Amino acid sequence: MTDPALDAPRSGSPWQYSPAPEARELADLKANYRMFVDGEFIDGTGEPFISTNPATEETLAEVSGASESDVDRAVAAARAAFERTWGPMPGSERAKYLFRIARLIQERGRELAVLETLDNGKPIKESRDADIPTAAAHFFHHAGWADKLDHAGHGAHPRPLGVAGQVIPWNFPLLMLAWKIAPALACGNTVVLKPAETTPLTALVFAEICEQAGLPAGVVNIVTGAGDIGAEIVAHDDVDKVAFTGSTEVGKRIQRTLAGSGRKLTLELGGKAANIVFDDAPIDQAVEGVVNGIFFNQGHVCCAGSRLLVQESIAEELLGKLRSRVSTLQVGDPLDKNTDVGAINSADQLARITELADTGESEGARRWSSPCPLPERGFFFAPTVFSEVQQSMRIAREEVFGPVLSVLTFRTPEEAIAKANNTPYGLSAGVWTEKGSRILWAAQQIRAGVVWANTFNRFDPTAPFGGYQESGFGREGGRAGLEAYLDV
Amino acid sequence: MTSDSGIPGSERPGEPTRGHTDAPARLGVTKTYKLYIGGAFPRSESGRVHPVHDSHGEFLANAARASRKDVRDAVAAARKAFGGWSSATAYNRGQVLFRVAEVMEGRRAQFVAEVAAAEGVSTGTAESTVNATIDRMVWYAGWTDKLAAVLGAANPVAGPYFSFSVPEPTGVVGILAPQQSSLLGLVSVVAPVLAAGNTCVVVSSTERPLPAITLAEVLATSDLPGGVANLLTGDAAELAPWLASHADVNALDPSGVPDSLRAEIERSSAGTVKRVLDVRPGEQDWTREPDIRRLREFTEIKTVWHPVGM
Amino acid sequence: MAHPPPASAPELPAELAEATRDGAALKRFLHGLPGVDQVGLEQRAAGLATRSIKKDSKLWAIDTAIGMVDLTTLEGADTAGKVRALAAKARRPDPDRPDTPRAAALCVYPDLAATAVEALAGSGVGVASVATAFPSGRSSLQAKLAEVELAVSAGATEVDMVIDRGAFLSGEYGRVFDEIRDVRESCGPAHLKVILETGELGTYDNVRRASWLALLAGADFVKTSTGKISPAATLPVTQLMLQAVRDWRDRTGQLRGVKPAGGIRSTKDAIRHLVAVHEVAGPEWLSPALFRFGASSLLGDLLMQRRTQLDGHYSGPDYVAVDQ
Repeated sequence: MTDPALDAPRSGSPWQYSPAPEARELADLKANYRMFVDGEFIDGTGEPFISTNPATEETLAEVSGASESDVDRAVAAARAAFERTWGPMPGSERAKYLFRIARLIQERGRELAVLETLDNGKPIKESRDADIPTAAAHFFHHAGWADKLDHAGHGAHPRPLGVAGQVIPWNFPLLMLAWKIAPALACGNTVVLKPAETTPLTALVFAEICEQAGLPAGVVNIVTGAGDIGAEIVAHDDVDKVAFTGSTEVGKRIQRTLAGSGRKLTLELGGKAANIVFDDAPIDQAVEGVVNGIFFNQGHVCCAGSRLLVQESIAEELLGKLRSRVSTLQVGDPLDKNTDVGAINSADQLARITELADTGESEGARRWSSPCPLPERGFFFAPTVFSEVQQSMRIAREEVFGPVLSVLTFRTPEEAIAKANNTPYGLSAGVWTEKGSRILWAAQQIRAGVVWANTFNRFDPTAPFGGYQESGFGREGGRAGLEAYLDV
Repeated sequence: MTSDSGIPGSERPGEPTRGHTDAPARLGVTKTYKLYIGGAFPRSESGRVHPVHDSHGEFLANAARASRKDVRDAVAAARKAFGGWSSATAYNRGQVLFRVAEVMEGRRAQFVAEVAAAEGVSTGTAESTVNATIDRMVWYAGWTDKLAAVLGAANPVAGPYFSFSVPEPTGVVGILAPQQSSLLGLVSVVAPVLAAGNTCVVVSSTERPLPAITLAEVLATSDLPGGVANLLTGDAAELAPWLASHADVNALDPSGVPDSLRAEIERSSAGTVKRVLDVRPGEQDWTREPDIRRLREFTEIKTVWHPVGM
Repeated sequence: MAHPPPASAPELPAELAEATRDGAALKRFLHGLPGVDQVGLEQRAAGLATRSIKKDSKLWAIDTAIGMVDLTTLEGADTAGKVRALAAKARRPDPDRPDTPRAAALCVYPDLAATAVEALAGSGVGVASVATAFPSGRSSLQAKLAEVELAVSAGATEVDMVIDRGAFLSGEYGRVFDEIRDVRESCGPAHLKVILETGELGTYDNVRRASWLALLAGADFVKTSTGKISPAATLPVTQLMLQAVRDWRDRTGQLRGVKPAGGIRSTKDAIRHLVAVHEVAGPEWLSPALFRFGASSLLGDLLMQRRTQLDGHYSGPDYVAVDQ
C-alpha cells in the first residue's frame, strides 16, 4: 500500500491507548543485589556494577561482581553439592525440588515479570505472558523427567555429568536460565550460572526462590559479572559441562577453549532466519507471523525471522499490509500493557542496530520505519522494514538482533529454499502456505533446527530447540534436550 | 613426490608366492592404488604415493598419498552427493548399505588376507574380524528406517499446534578412520555416518590402508551413489587439519587423529562450529557391540510446528 | 446472472467484475481468496483484546459505541408496545443525560417496521428491518422479496437480510449472489446489511468467502449473525470481516461496513471490537456509517459505564432503563 497516511502518525481520531503501566513496586526492587554461592548471598570480590533500566536510562540497582576466586568458590560448592547431596539424591526427590521451584516462579510471577521488564526493557505483556510462564513450564516439565531418566532412551541409569557451567544472554534472562538450569538439575547435575551483566536481576531473585524451595546449598550458584567471568566459568578445570547461549563469535571462542578437554559442550548461537511467504499463504496471518517473527522482544531473538522471503507475485500486497500493520505497533514504555515493542536492551546494542541499519541504506535497500513516536529518553528503535534487499547485503547476512526486517523476493519454491539456506546459520525458519505438501517439502529442505509453518516463535519445554551449523549444537527441551546433561 | 616405492613385483596379499627360482614363473603385476572420490578412482593430484608394508615390514603395494587438494575435491564430491543421499528414503539407504554388506561378503577372502597382513593377526582372527565387520554393516543398514522412530518425537506442546521432531543428517562428515583396526574400525565409523544419511570424506589408516582401498572398490560396485563416501589414503596427521578447517565440512570423527593433535583439530573445528565427536584417547575396542551414539551424534534434531485448526 | 448491476452501483475493477460473471467465475474467485489460519486469527484477536484505552478516549469510545447500536428486538413475542418502548430508548437512551448520543437504528421484524418508523419519525434514528425469512432464510425467493418490499414500503431505511446458508454450503454461490442482488434491487434507497450467520458456516475460510460474496453482490454491510445461533459475533469473526472491508477498500476505493450482532453484551466487549475496528480496518471505520453493533442488552451496559465515567463512581442497573 502506498497510503501516504501511513507515513504520519495517526492523530485524526481522538482514539488513544492509555498508559496502562504495571506497577513498578511489584518488582520489589532493592538497591543492592548479591550473588548466590553455596546457598548464601555473598558480596563478590570483584568490582560491583550497575544494572540500568534501558527504557529510562535510570540506575536500577547495584550488583556485586564476581572475581576469579568467587568462580572457584562457586565451582567448589557445586562440586561438593554434586558429590554429597544432589548427585546421590534419588530422582524422585530431585523432582519435588523442581516442582517447588516451578510453583514459586508462578507465585512470584508478577514480581518477576515487572522486574524482568525493568531490567531488560521488554514489554510487560511479553514478560508476563511468555517469559515467566514458560520459565515455570520448563521447571514443571523437567521435574517430571528427574525420576524417569531410565526411560529417556539412554539406557538404564544414565549418569549426570557433574558440575555444569552455564552462561546465558540478556534477551530472555529468566527463560534462558530455566532452559539451562531445569534440565541440568533434573539430570542430577549442579550448576554455576552467569546471567548477562545487563540483566542479572531476575537470576538473583531466582536464587531467592532456590532458597525458599529449600534447595540444598551449592546445587545452584549464580555468579554475576561480565564476559571475563563467563570465560572463567567456561575454562574452569573442575567444570564438567559447559552450556552457552549467545553470539556465534563467543560460541566459537568457547569451543576453542574447550578443545581437547573432553568436557561436554552445547551451544545455542546466532541466527538469520528466513520467513518464507508463498503466494497461497493465509496472508493476514502471515503478516501477523512476520510481525511477531521480527518485532517480538524488539527483535532480540536468536531465532527471529529477520529475513522475509516473499514470493514476487504477492510481494507488493504483502508489503502494503505489513507496513500498515507495523504502523499500529505501540512502541514505548515497556511497563505499559499496551506496548508492543519496548526498549533496546543497551546503548551498545542500539548503536550496533543503528550502524547495521545504516549499511542497509548505503547498500541500496529501501528503508521504511514506522512513524510511531519514540520516547525521548531510553534506548528505542522504530520498527524498520527494508525492502529491495539483496542476498549479498550485510542486512541480509548478519544478525542485527533488533527490530529490523530485510525483505527479499523469490520466484519459485526452489529459489526460496536456496536463499533460505544460503547462510552459515541454521537456527530457525518460517514457512507460510496453505498447501500441506509444500509445507512438508519446505520443512524438509530447510537446514534449520526449528521450522515454524504458518506460525512463528513458538516455544515449549517439550519441543527440542537448537541449531544447525554455526547456530550451534545440542538441543534444549524435550527428550533430546536431556542428552546435553547426561553422560551418554 | 615421495615415491620411495619398494620392490615391484609383490603379489597382493593372499595370493600364493611363487617358488624361488632365478626368474619368477610369472612376474606379478604391481599395483599402485588410487583414491576414491566422487565415485571415481583418481590418482592424488599431488602424484604422491607411499609404500604399504605388512606387519613384518614386507612391501605390499603403493597407496596414493592424498593431499589437501584431494581433501578439497573429496569434500566437494561429498557435498554434491549430500542432497540425493540425505533425501533418499530410509528404506532405500538401508537397501544400499545391505547391498554393500553383500558385496563385502563376496570379497571375504580378500578382506581376510588384507586384514591378516595389515594387522599381523592369524587368518582365523582375521576371519572373525571380517565377519564382525560385515555383520556391523548389516546392523547399521537396519538402522536407517528406525532412527527417526527412536530419536524423533511428537512433542505434546501446550497449545493448538502439532509439533514433531525428527533426526536429520548433519551434512558432510570428515572421518579420520582408526589407525589400528583397519577394517572393523573403519566400517564402524563409516557405516553409522552413511546410515544416518550423511556423506563423508574418510581418511583411512595411514599404515594399513589396503582394507580401506578394497572397501572403496566394494562401495564402487555396490549401489552407493558416487560421492556419498569418499576414501582417501594418506597421512591422517597431515590431512586432518584440512578437514577440520574446511568450512563445508559439518562434523568430524577424529578417531584416527593422533592424540597429540586432538586439541588442535578441535580448536580448528570451532572456526565453523563443527560438531566434533568426543572420542577418548587411544584406540577403542571395536569388537564391542555398537550402540546408537554415532548415529545420534551425526544427526540434527529438527522440530517442526504447525497450528491445528479448522 | 441475468441481472445487470443496479445503476447506482459503482463500477468494479475488472477482475472483480469478472468474478461475478457466472457461478463458476464466482467459485474460482472465492476459492482463490487467501486462506485463514484459525490459530493465527484467534491469537491476533486475543492480542487485540488486551489493549486498554485512555480514560478520555474511553468516554469517546462509549459514546461512539452507543451511536453504533442497532437496538434490536427480534422475538416472536414482540408487540407494538415493545417496539415503541425501544424506540423511545433509541431516541434518548439516557433521559437524565440528554447529551447521550442516540442509537443508530432500531432493528425489528418487517411487520413491525411501520410501527418503528412511526415511533422514530424525525428522530434521526434509522429503522432496520430483518427480511428474507429471517432467521433461517428458508423460503421461496418470492416470499423473501415480498418481505423486503413490506419493510421498504413501511419506510425501513435499512434491510438486514439473511443469506441462504444451505446454498452457500452446497457451493451454489451463484444462487446466493443472485438472491443478494435481487434483494439489493428491491431495497431501493434502503441500506442493505447481509447476515452471513457465521455460526453456521463452519470455517473462517467460509466466513471470508461469504463476506466477499456479499460485498460483490452489493452489500452495504456484512453482518455476522441473526443472534439466534451460537456462536454469534466473536472477535475473530469481526476481525475477519474487517479485513474483508479493508481489502475491499484497497481494491475498489469503496467503503463498506461491518456489523457484529449477537453476544456482545458488555462495554468491555464493545470496546474490544472498536479496538479491532481501529487497528484492523482503520480509524475511518469508527463511525455508525461503517460499523454497527446488533444488540439488545449492550446499550444498558454502555449507559451504565458512561455514567461511571462521568460520575466517577460505579453505577447500577436500576439507574438506566431496562430493555424489556
